[in-house]
Amino acid sequence: MAFFLETLLGGLMAGMLYSLVALGFVLIFKASGVFNFAQGAMVLFAALAMARFAEWIPRWTGIENPIVANVAAFIIAGGIMFVVAWLIERLVLRHLVNQEAATLLMATLGITYFMEGLGQTLFGSDIYKIDVGMPKDPIFVLESMFEGGILVNKEDVIAAAIAAALVAALSLFFQKTTTGRALRAVADDHQAAQSIGIPLNRIWVIVWCVAGVVALVSGMIWGSKLGVQFSLTTVALRALPVVILGGLTSVPGAIIGGLIIGVGEKLSEVFLGPYVGGGIEIWFAYVLALLFLLVRPQGLFGEKIIDRV
Amino acid sequence: MFYRENGQFKTSYVADQQIFPIVQDRLVILLLLAVAFVATPLLASDYTFRAILIPFLIMSLAALGVNVLVGYCGQISLGSGAFMAVGAYGAYNFFVRVPDMPLIPALILGGLCATFFGILFGLPSLRVKGLYLAVATLAAQFFSDWMFLRIKWLTNDSPSGSISVSELQVFGLSIDSAQSKYWFCLGILVVMALLTKNLVRGAIGREWMAIRDMDVAAAVIGIRPMYAKLSAFAVSSFIIGVAGALWAFVHLGAWEPAAFSVDISFRLLFMVIIGGLGSIMGAFFGAAFIVVLPILLNQFLPALFGLFGVEISTADVSHAELMIFGGLIVWFLIVEPHGLAKLWSTAKQKLRVWPFPY
Repeated sequence: MAFFLETLLGGLMAGMLYSLVALGFVLIFKASGVFNFAQGAMVLFAALAMARFAEWIPRWTGIENPIVANVAAFIIAGGIMFVVAWLIERLVLRHLVNQEAATLLMATLGITYFMEGLGQTLFGSDIYKIDVGMPKDPIFVLESMFEGGILVNKEDVIAAAIAAALVAALSLFFQKTTTGRALRAVADDHQAAQSIGIPLNRIWVIVWCVAGVVALVSGMIWGSKLGVQFSLTTVALRALPVVILGGLTSVPGAIIGGLIIGVGEKLSEVFLGPYVGGGIEIWFAYVLALLFLLVRPQGLFGEKIIDRV
Repeated sequence: MFYRENGQFKTSYVADQQIFPIVQDRLVILLLLAVAFVATPLLASDYTFRAILIPFLIMSLAALGVNVLVGYCGQISLGSGAFMAVGAYGAYNFFVRVPDMPLIPALILGGLCATFFGILFGLPSLRVKGLYLAVATLAAQFFSDWMFLRIKWLTNDSPSGSISVSELQVFGLSIDSAQSKYWFCLGILVVMALLTKNLVRGAIGREWMAIRDMDVAAAVIGIRPMYAKLSAFAVSSFIIGVAGALWAFVHLGAWEPAAFSVDISFRLLFMVIIGGLGSIMGAFFGAAFIVVLPILLNQFLPALFGLFGVEISTADVSHAELMIFGGLIVWFLIVEPHGLAKLWSTAKQKLRVWPFPY
């Protein structure tokens, strides 16, 4: 029982991290109808920028305080993501308005290749580390209930807390600010939003920026967990089942989907994996998402797809 | 002036329903075939065969298969790499386990394995649509990656997971020189392309296109979505499976599951979209573009940087390659979202009215 709970908790934490990446997908899809495959590359790019600037700033300025270096690196990386977002809107999306979904998908794949190359050219292609002072030691909880308690990774708890805080901040931003309202209007109906005077291009830049910041935060967390390296881009492939499970257009869906996938992955790997040779978590996540889709083709919280002839 | 259909009267249905109704088109195709079958093997070097021509032929075949599914039936699939893998491993198992298995039946049986796999993973398409389906097809990709890595029986219990085939023969002729490999691939490609062309202009192809354009409307006029979609998955994955078997047997010789990673799926989709959705010609153009571009970049980038007196490492070259590859793809999608085949048909149209455009 304790072991089961431990796996469950581990899954929930991992799921929170998946939903962070998934959130980036959902934000962009909602606002511009683009399925942004480049989210993984954006995570890598942001994490690389952050890791390298945290390394370079003390060397350039002589300030050895790690907090200052990390905060400055975070801000600079955020600025870089803003530039990236602006460039993507300006150079790519603006020219591809009203194209087919497949064409847009491929365009973001092209952006993925470009950003992978650019990121590694600018920031190098070794394994770097982001050290934001996350504690690595595990703790035991609920020792009174189970013998030996449940092992929980402190780092995971903090990461999950950051993710939850980010999600809360984003929902506040969407619900309470004027920009957020404009974003929701664009997500609802492009034409109607434009006709009441909401500038689509600016909204898209903002959305890509927000997605960039989300990528930066997830890059920071994943990077401090796994090290900043090329394989960070595969995080996007791990988060895709989360997106379709929760629904492409739903922010709460990304969270719930992430939790379901995280738990499903961990439980399947631990309890099912040994019988079939292990390593099943990646495809199991997809199959799990697929099973949900068979019942609800638009994902758990996605808008109902209405076919009109 | 010389490309006119004036005066070419059709007096029978057979003549009216030819694949290439215009005499000039037929001549050009015959010429192309002559160049492909006779002239190229005489002129090309061994390197050209192994690095460019054979990959191009096999990838064209795979792109043809993807085009049936994505271009004609409108089901975006990111699982093509998996279908190639199933074709390759299926053919391998028949080839190795059945004594004296000839090569061509092994390839076809491999293709049939891919067909079953394709139909299985095509089943969700009856309910799940659009981008949801695209992501769902990734399930096939990751499942096959896992299956060929972990289930040792499929790789003939080879300890490293890497397997190889040798001494390929067709009708007693051995296929080991680059030229014979080229002819073999070209022969299969021509036969498959002809079959596909006839399929897509027949009743079933029209059903696929109706489903692609609007599936509800197609269902209303009496097209069975299940039959149409699953047949598209079946035909497409058969072609992709044969291409995968060729890729493994003829091009690679020895391979491991990583040879059919998700990257191959992406590249195949690139070929189809850059070449032109729903066009046989487009598959060839797209394959040429995606196969040749990285090789060109690889050859010319160091020289180009050297021109400016910049010494760069191989790692930087590969990053620059990625950037240029990605940038060109985006640029291409912006300039011609309908693909190279569209340019081709525009050129033909222009030629038709040249020199007096009206």
